[in-house]
Amino acid sequence: MKILVAISNVPDTTTKIQFSDNNTKFNAAGVTFIINPYDEWYALVRALELKEANLAEKVTLIHVGLPDGDATIRKGLALGADDAVRIDAEGPDSFFVADQIAAYAKEKGYELILTGKETINYNGSSVAGMIAGVLDYPLISLATKLDIAGGKLTAEHDVDGGSRVVECELPAVISCAKGMAEQRIPNMRGIMAARTKPLEVVKPINSPEVSGPLTSVKSFDLNPGRTSCKMLGEDQMDELVKLLHTEAKVI
Amino acid sequence: MVLVYTEINKNRVKKSSLECVQYASKIAALTGGGVTALVNQASAEHLEELGKAGATAILNMNNESLNADHMLSCAAVEQAVKQCGAKVIVFAFDIAGKAIAPRLSARLKAGLVAGAIDYPVVNGSTFEVKKNVFSGKANAIYTIHSEVKIISLLPNSFPVVLGENKATIQDFQPDLSAVKSRITIKETKSNATGGMVPLPEAELVVSAGRGMKGPENWGMIEELANSLGATTACSRPVADLHWRPHHEHVGQTGVAIRPNLYIAVGISGAIQHLAGVNGSKTIVVINNDKEAPFFKSADYGILGDAFTVIPKLTEAIKKFKANQN
Ligand SMILES: Cc1cc2nc3c(=O)[nH]c(=O)nc-3n(C[C@H](O)[C@H](O)[C@H](O)COP(=O)(O)OP(=O)(O)OC[C@H]3O[C@@H](n4cnc5c(N)ncnc54)[C@H](O)[C@@H]3O)c2cc1C
Ligand SMILES: Nc1ncnc2c1ncn2[C@@H]1O[C@H](COP(=O)(O)O)[C@@H](O)[C@H]1O
Repeated sequence: MKILVAISNVPDTTTKIQFSDNNTKFNAAGVTFIINPYDEWYALVRALELKEANLAEKVTLIHVGLPDGDATIRKGLALGADDAVRIDAEGPDSFFVADQIAAYAKEKGYELILTGKETINYNGSSVAGMIAGVLDYPLISLATKLDIAGGKLTAEHDVDGGSRVVECELPAVISCAKGMAEQRIPNMRGIMAARTKPLEVVKPINSPEVSGPLTSVKSFDLNPGRTSCKMLGEDQMDELVKLLHTEAKVI
Repeated sequence: MVLVYTEINKNRVKKSSLECVQYASKIAALTGGGVTALVNQASAEHLEELGKAGATAILNMNNESLNADHMLSCAAVEQAVKQCGAKVIVFAFDIAGKAIAPRLSARLKAGLVAGAIDYPVVNGSTFEVKKNVFSGKANAIYTIHSEVKIISLLPNSFPVVLGENKATIQDFQPDLSAVKSRITIKETKSNATGGMVPLPEAELVVSAGRGMKGPENWGMIEELANSLGATTACSRPVADLHWRPHHEHVGQTGVAIRPNLYIAVGISGAIQHLAGVNGSKTIVVINNDKEAPFFKSADYGILGDAFTVIPKLTEAIKKFKANQN
């Protein structure tokens, strides 16, 4: 069985967010890009562990994006993925991205597709469910554990007020959250090997059923955040309670 | 027609579902048509509540198996869309909404905005919908171009005000025979929340971090939460160290919440922590380091030792509550 891991290229979590072109584009100047943390720490590392346990033959990375994502893809190869493919298109929306990944997975016979639980830039939590929808595969959403036994998956995932252990037949799509695996640091050998591992670049497919993007971003604005903090001393707790009641009106 | 996916949990209509019904009734006022709520196994009281929140019609299903696999619930929603001719479908951006709405979007080729925080602006045949991006640091306005539109609403974005409206109720039996579920449930585990409101729905939250030194000191955090009727939460290291259960962990990797009041005790305010809580209406920070970054993101700050401040705050709240009664 081959595993396809969908990785997204996102600004480092500590980036100061800025926009350009009249607030219609993310300003990438001087920004460090990383593999979306959930895709790396959970989806990719768990896929590698399954391969190391001889439960999978191969781990392939897939990224939908432009050449500026190649450095991020190489980081994934350095962690131990066997090869990678980049669908050469600026993903205008989640459905477009999912449709591309679904088409590739189907054509190349990947039975297990892993994604992160959400991207830290667009926070959609959408791509995994859309891939499952396009392919009519089951989805295990927000999975915190994943195993393979007897050709079947066992997984634990979050549900309202708790979690659930399920068994699932392949093929399937899994969105991965904290708990699934531990972060790994790439070693020198991995980094050297990554330089020569295959990174295939393919043209996007055209879905016959949709003529244009289903959604697009019109504009961005920064959240102003909080501007002033009212400071109180430890002996002013009655005052604080009063402010929470009369000023903030939250109690 | 606007269709809303609603859920019953622990014998209550979920708060996020009521928010969605109300949100949908605002959309219906903009586009014309009514609001149909789709629900499974609702009682007479649940149906009445959905009506009061603004549903004009309710499709009530009675199908135990639906909850087993989102593939089944998605098929049910799809048939409800056909039945009522919905052009807009609203979900909560919660566990079910994150699984079903994207699948439905792919099946109907209907554009989805996931995690909306405001009403759509109707612009000809398109909708413009605002959502948080970059983990709350910014917002984006998305245009939905497709004819059928799907929006999932970020919980706690709007208050619910119940009215006197009564919905027409119809039994609805979707035909799921063509859907082959490939998921078998082996075990279901419940979080031990000790009767507190679940974190994603909580309006009042008391959260504590590594500044509390060890799990043995959580008694005073629980007592503070108790005095307010709040739910407890924690920072990530606290969950990683097993001082508190994982379901209490808030932030980028944990649960994202937006309560009315978030009290953070002994939490430094790292950007990844803020990502999960900066949507809170009011933030109170208690920290003994005046350089703690969290003060920059707080409305009220108390510079002091948590171990002396917390008992005093708890006492002040108890006094306030006693005076109110
Ligand atoms: C990709 C990524 C994702 C992450 N996701 C999350 C996440 O989801 N949630 C999360 O919380 N973190 C997350 N983190 C970790 C985050 O960066 C911080 O390390 C973490 O939030 C710090 O937790 P803390 O504030 O409890 O501990 P500390 O940073 O150790 O802060 C303790 C605070 O307590 C104060 N203090 C100490 N003693 C007292 C006292 N007696 N009285 C009052 N105050 C006291 C100190 O001044 C300090 O400010 C993530 C990190 C990364 C890299
Ligand atoms: N452009 C992309 N290329 C490859 N995978 C992606 C891309 N965007 C999102 N994903 C995957 O889909 C997951 C969920 O993304 P989102 O729906 O945007 O929150 C991510 O964690 C990735 O695993």
